[in-house]
Amino acid sequence: MSGVKLFRIATWAAIAILAGLLIGFSGILPGTGRVDEPAGSGEARVGGPFTLTSHKGERFDNARLAGKPYLIFFGFTHCPDICPTTLLELTDLMAELGSGADRITPLFITVDPERDTQQMLADYMTAFDERIVALRGTPEETDAAVKAFAAYYRKVPLEGGNYSMDHTAGVFMMDGKGRFSGVLDIHEPREAVLAKLRRLIEAG
Amino acid sequence: MTRLLAALAMSMALSGVALAHQFKVGPIEVGHPWSRPTPPSAPVASGYVKLTNGGAETDRLVEITSPIGKRAEIHRSLVQDGVATMRPLTEGVAIEPGATVDFEAERLHVMFIEPTRQLKEDEKFPATLVFEKAGSVEVEFVVQRRPAPAAPEDHSGHGAAP
Repeated sequence: MSGVKLFRIATWAAIAILAGLLIGFSGILPGTGRVDEPAGSGEARVGGPFTLTSHKGERFDNARLAGKPYLIFFGFTHCPDICPTTLLELTDLMAELGSGADRITPLFITVDPERDTQQMLADYMTAFDERIVALRGTPEETDAAVKAFAAYYRKVPLEGGNYSMDHTAGVFMMDGKGRFSGVLDIHEPREAVLAKLRRLIEAG
Repeated sequence: MTRLLAALAMSMALSGVALAHQFKVGPIEVGHPWSRPTPPSAPVASGYVKLTNGGAETDRLVEITSPIGKRAEIHRSLVQDGVATMRPLTEGVAIEPGATVDFEAERLHVMFIEPTRQLKEDEKFPATLVFEKAGSVEVEFVVQRRPAPAAPEDHSGHGAAP
């Protein structure tokens, strides 16, 4: 690897970290509050090994994403607004990105594997872009995945034996090296969101 | 005059997809009930309304029923410190005299639990809203992807989509 290339990579990493910090401090975007910021060493703490099962029943781990940028967000299907809206927006964004979209993998990790069965997710996901992967795991696998992204979830019992899930909000952008490169706010103007995704894809 | 009529016709055409509709019971106006399309097998569906109290007393939306779901609850979704939460409002929704409660703006939604079918864009379904003082009113929810077009203080950026 040439010195110039190394320099370029280091510069982009610094920019990504700075951008992440700026987003974190701005307080404007949801989903950034409890995300651990990348440490000063340049090693992001968001992003780590996980093994889950896709809505199509395949084992899916972080090794599969090696060299590919990806998006990741946590949610559950007993959520009638934020989660399906995020999936719909991502569907639209994938269409608008054109061929570049093939180089990015959006992941939706359920924090409610108890109710979100694989069969149910398989049905649910037919409404969205087929490149979006829904992932579920055992409670242990789910814990590990949530921890890998420095995220948070909690089961909240409600009256009548029902429950809701609290969980980290926001769509995390991960670069091709598996490093956190910021939070995507899908409610920003469309052009700004597309520009961020294009940069993520181009950085590889 | 011609120009005015043309402008009027144009604005009507532009708002054509989701023309605002409203219902009234006593002093309570129920503005544009709408719901989002649902994916197949979705265990829940959403609903949003704008409630305006033209009366002199505080009233309260206490119950919603609809044949679209097994039951309906009112929830508030919030994102605080980066964590999304959703809680039922067990006391219902109070509407002060002269005030408007805009579900979308206040992060409230009706949650229709175990919908009987998948909701598709432009479909409609009936529901009954029960107010503590004004009584009950039959309304119709229209299924649309985005918030009602006539929301002036919508900062969500949805309107920026092509």
